[in-house]
Amino acid sequence: MSGDPFLKVEKLTKQFGGVLAVDDVSFELNEGEFVGVIGPNGSGKTTLVNLITGFVQPTSGKVLFKGENITGKMPYTIAEKGIARTFQMVRLFYNLPAYKNLIIPLCSRRVRRLRGGKYGEKDDAAIDLLDDMGFERDSFVPYKTAGSLPHGYLKRLDLARALALRPELLILDELFSGMSMSEVASTLPLIEKFHEEGLTIIMIEHRLKELFRVVDRVMVLNFGEKIADGPPHKVMDSKAVKSAYLGIDVEVESP
Amino acid sequence: MATSEQSLRRKRLDRGIKARADTIFAVASYREILYLMLPRLVPVGLLLVMPLLLQGYWNKVLVYACMYGLLALSWDFLASCGLFSLGQSLFFGIGAYLAGAMNYYLHLPPLVTLPLATITGGIVSALLLSPVMRLRGVYFAMVTLMLPLLLMKVIETTGVFGGTHGLSGLSPLPHDAFAAYLAVIAFLLCMFAFRRIINSDYGLVLMAIRDDDRAVMSGAINIYWRKSQALFISGAVGAFAGALMTHHYQFLGMSTFALDYSILPVAAVALGGQGSFAGAALGSMILVPLSEALRALGGLRIAIYCMVLIVSIIGLPEGIFHFLERKYHQFETVSEVK
Repeated sequence: MSGDPFLKVEKLTKQFGGVLAVDDVSFELNEGEFVGVIGPNGSGKTTLVNLITGFVQPTSGKVLFKGENITGKMPYTIAEKGIARTFQMVRLFYNLPAYKNLIIPLCSRRVRRLRGGKYGEKDDAAIDLLDDMGFERDSFVPYKTAGSLPHGYLKRLDLARALALRPELLILDELFSGMSMSEVASTLPLIEKFHEEGLTIIMIEHRLKELFRVVDRVMVLNFGEKIADGPPHKVMDSKAVKSAYLGIDVEVESP
Repeated sequence: MATSEQSLRRKRLDRGIKARADTIFAVASYREILYLMLPRLVPVGLLLVMPLLLQGYWNKVLVYACMYGLLALSWDFLASCGLFSLGQSLFFGIGAYLAGAMNYYLHLPPLVTLPLATITGGIVSALLLSPVMRLRGVYFAMVTLMLPLLLMKVIETTGVFGGTHGLSGLSPLPHDAFAAYLAVIAFLLCMFAFRRIINSDYGLVLMAIRDDDRAVMSGAINIYWRKSQALFISGAVGAFAGALMTHHYQFLGMSTFALDYSILPVAAVALGGQGSFAGAALGSMILVPLSEALRALGGLRIAIYCMVLIVSIIGLPEGIFHFLERKYHQFETVSEVK
């Protein structure tokens, strides 16, 4: 299987009625890469995530994960193979205590297999994970109901829930939206740490400054089409990207 | 009047004993032990004594109430994973017909048909409803409402299993008291088992499916497999009730698919309170005896019965059980405001 790319997206297209949300997008991803996806609002970034993770069925095209065709599979089958995601609008169980939110992925067959048949101690595992995310285990925060936590915590809780699956590929859909500067500053090193430990990450983000600090490669989408792909500074110098973001004929300094 | 309302204020406080924590049972005194145990022991004790006290007709009513109770519990279990059914009579009828047919054609004794009908009933219900598991809310309810009516018409037109006449002369349960105890114990076991399941991690996943199925799917959980497990459990409980009923009355007819068995459990849950199972149990223990007690009134029975339901649902939308539970854990003081 070594010849196969880690993730391969081939001519992926999604049409919603008359709108081409994702138009003929192809790319390859190697293991351990950290890729950013940017683009103006409505350029198809979230749809791309939904297509890869199986929440939306593509009109045409293929998604291959480690050489295996996962196009059109159910979201839980794809998650089982090791692709975890966060949601742009966090989807959590607000009336449960925060740590209980992690019990759901911890109940999955994938986690049971990877943890080596240990069935118990799910609560402890959940608290451990949240402790890494900055929910201090000795405080009341992990035990409060998710609905009573501030937005920044909810975003990190969503991230923790994705990580609880022990994924091989992590897709972050605008993780930093709605987070304060200090919350971003404390979460970014965590993500860098996971990347250094070998996790492959696709990160969709509007905060370019933070994104460019951590990623090796950026893809730019506009009206569903991939208009640029490469190292951050090169991409931002390209004319297509400048015109997509700012309109043609504007001189900007790359951030 | 106005002045007294201003100067007096009611205070409600939750009882602050450690025994109310979720996982830690730090019980220090007999008072606290009783505080915890009495609400569980009293109803259980009462139900276990009932079959000895009640004779003849009211003994039958008790079995009847337990059967409705089982149906209400199975409804509540399905509802806790987001499947709102209007067709508990499907489970009930399947169990009744399986047990009746096994007894009538294969001459199996009731003690064999009961467990067999329970398990196969659960499997058949899950298989019948698995194509519509993807439907949610009112669409799932409509399909479950139609299925028992469909089966009823099939039996009526094709005449299988005795057709409109049904099958009579089935073997009875060994003894009336045995039947009553079987019903009561199954009812209690089911209630406590469901309460335990729903508080475990397994139950947590089921309730999460109800709240947000996409978030559960992104956690690598096959929600349709989980839903079919819930359908099996709920169907098995309903089928057991049907099988018990068949042997208790020694008769099997199309009426087991009747609308009563679908609507009454839902009414019982609405009256008792949803989500805790104790509410479903309490509701059916109130509704069924009430309906029998009102029988003397003749035609007005249903009207009064409906009035009781409407008043209770408007007055206590959370359900009787949740109201009682809240009051039990609170104490009220009236203090003067200066």
